[in-house]
Amino acid sequence: MGFKKQRSLRLKYFMILNPKLFLSDIELKSTRDGFGEGLLTAGDENKNVVALCADLTESVKMDSFAKKYPERFIEMGIAEQSMASVASGMAAEGKVPFIGSYAIFSPGRNWEQIRTTICYNNANVKIIGSHSGVTAGEDGGSHQCLEDIALARVLPNMTVLIPCDAIEAKKATIAAAKTNTPVYIRLSRPKTAVITTEETPFEIGKSQVFFTPKERAQAGIVACGHMVYHSIKVAKELEDEGIFVSVLNLATIKHLDEEGLLHFTENAGGRIVTVEEHQIAGGMGSAVAEFFAKKNPIPMEFVGVKDLFGQSGTPDELIQKYGMGEYSIKEAIKRVLQR
Amino acid sequence: MTLILNDEKIKILEEKAKEIRVSVVEMLASAGSGHLAGSLGMADVFSLLYFHVLLHDSKNPAWEERDRLVLSNGHICPVLYTAMAHSGYFPTEELGSLRKFGSRLQGHPHREFLPMLETSSGPLGEGLSQAVGMALAFRMDKKENQLYCLMGDGELDEGQIWEAAMLAGKEKLGKIIGIVDRNNIQIDGTTDQVMPLNPLKEKFESFGWHGIEVNGHDFHALNNSIIEAQAITDKPSVIIAHTISGKGVPEIEGNYRWHGKAPSMEESQKFIWVLKNSGASV
Repeated sequence: MGFKKQRSLRLKYFMILNPKLFLSDIELKSTRDGFGEGLLTAGDENKNVVALCADLTESVKMDSFAKKYPERFIEMGIAEQSMASVASGMAAEGKVPFIGSYAIFSPGRNWEQIRTTICYNNANVKIIGSHSGVTAGEDGGSHQCLEDIALARVLPNMTVLIPCDAIEAKKATIAAAKTNTPVYIRLSRPKTAVITTEETPFEIGKSQVFFTPKERAQAGIVACGHMVYHSIKVAKELEDEGIFVSVLNLATIKHLDEEGLLHFTENAGGRIVTVEEHQIAGGMGSAVAEFFAKKNPIPMEFVGVKDLFGQSGTPDELIQKYGMGEYSIKEAIKRVLQR
Repeated sequence: MTLILNDEKIKILEEKAKEIRVSVVEMLASAGSGHLAGSLGMADVFSLLYFHVLLHDSKNPAWEERDRLVLSNGHICPVLYTAMAHSGYFPTEELGSLRKFGSRLQGHPHREFLPMLETSSGPLGEGLSQAVGMALAFRMDKKENQLYCLMGDGELDEGQIWEAAMLAGKEKLGKIIGIVDRNNIQIDGTTDQVMPLNPLKEKFESFGWHGIEVNGHDFHALNNSIIEAQAITDKPSVIIAHTISGKGVPEIEGNYRWHGKAPSMEESQKFIWVLKNSGASV
C-alpha cells in the first residue's frame, strides 16, 4: 500500500473514531458496562439468549438483563464450575447462554469444565470474564487474572475477543450471540476511554488500523483491550519526537486476522510491538509471534506482564508498575527500531 | 402406568442384560483396555432403561420429545454403547471398534464423533450440571422431557456434583432423576477407604432431593424406584442403585482392581462362558 493510501486510511479512521480521541475530556466507560448493554440487546433480538451468573450479577453487569428477563436468568451461586457445565446443557437444548464471572474464576477456576463440556462439545456458550488484568486494582493479585487469554486461546473451537472500549464490547457481545460456537469475551473493571463510535465497524476476526502517522510508519503497535487507547496516545506523542508508528486494534485474538496482520506489518516498517494487559507468556503477543514466526519472521517486542503476580493499587499505579504504561510502550518501540 | 413390569418382560430384560454383558466383555477384550467392572455392574440398569423405561427412537435419535440420558461417569461407556447398539442406534458389529483409531466409539464418549449422544463425558463430576442445564432449558420452553443422569459413586467425591445438586434442589427440577451406581469401589480402593460417602441418601435429601435406595440388580425394585421418582414433580430424585461391580462374573465381582481393566482374550472367553451358562442377571 502506498503512502497516499495510508494517508486516506488515516483520514478514514479518524473520522470513525471518537473525535475527542486526543482530548482530556474523552468519555470514560468500562467494557463491562458495554457488555451489559450488548447482552440486553442480544436478549431483545433472540429469546433463546439466557444469562447465568455466579453471585456477581451487578459487578459483571448482567443486572439489567436479569431484571428485564428474570425467567431467562439463572443465579448459580458461587459455583463457576457447575455454571460452565449447566450452560453446556442449556446450549444442547438450543439456548444461547452467557456465563458471567471474573476472569480469574471463569475461565480460571472452571477451565476444565469449559474445555470438556463446552469446547469438546462445541457448545454454543459465551464466557464473559470481567475484571481481567491488573486494572482489577485494589482487590489485589489474587483477583487480577493475567492468564485468561492463554487459557482461552489454547482451546479448540474457542473464539477469543478483547474489546478495546465499551462501545466495541457492546458490539462484540451482540456479534458473539449470533455465532453458534464457544466465545470468550475479556472485560475490564475500570472506566476506560471510549475511543470508537457507534459507526466504527466491528466484525469478529477482523483487525482495524486505528492510527496512521503523518509520515510513513517505521513500526507498528498491535494492541488489544484498553491498551489500544494508550498505544494510540503513544503513537501520537512519538510523532513529535520524529518517530512514526501505526496502531492496530486486534480485538479478535482467535482466530487471528492473518491477512490484516500481514498487511499492517508490511506498512509499518516490518517490525511490531504487541501491547496487552496479560502475561507475555501465552497471551496476544504470543499468538501474533506464533503467526509471524511461521509466516514471515520480523523483529518484535512485547509489552505485558513479565511472569509476575499483581498486587493492590490503583489501575494506573499497577499499569506503570508492571511495565505496561505509556513510557514502557515508547521504550519498546525504541527497542524494536534498534533491531 | 405403562411402566408396570410383568414376569414375561423381566425375562426379556434379563436376556438383554446378559447380551449386553457378553458384548461388553467381547468389546473390552478386543479393545485391550477399558473399564469392565462398572460396565458389567450397570448392565441391568441399562437393560431396564433402554428396553423398558426410556422414551426414545433409535431410528430418530434427534427426536425432540425423547427422554435425555446423560452418562456422567463416561468411563462405563462400553455398557452405554452396547445398550445403544442392541437398541438399534448402530450395528452391533461396530462395537468391536471401541477405542480404536477412527472409531465413533471413543474411549470416553465424544458427541462430536457420535452425535446421537446427549453429551461428551469422561472427566468426572460434570454430567449432573449438564442435565440440570437441559432441565432448565426445558422448563423455560415449557417442555416436559424426562432427564436421567447416571453417576458413579466414586464420582460423588467431585465438588461439582454438589454444586449441581444444590442448584437442582433450589430450582426444584422435578424432571431430573439421578441414578447413582453404588458399587462401593473406585480406583484406589473401596469408597469407604478412599472417601466415605455415607449417609448418601440423606446427603441428597439435605440438598432438597427425594432419595430412594434400591437393589440395582432387581428389575422389579428398580422399575418401582423409577415409577416413584417420576411421580415426584416438585423436587429432583436420586435413585441409589446398589450394584455389584463385575456382576455376572463371580471371580471379579466386587474387586476394585477390575475397575479400569479389560480382560485378556483368554479371560474373556472364560467370562463369556460363565455369563452364558448362569442366570447372571438374577
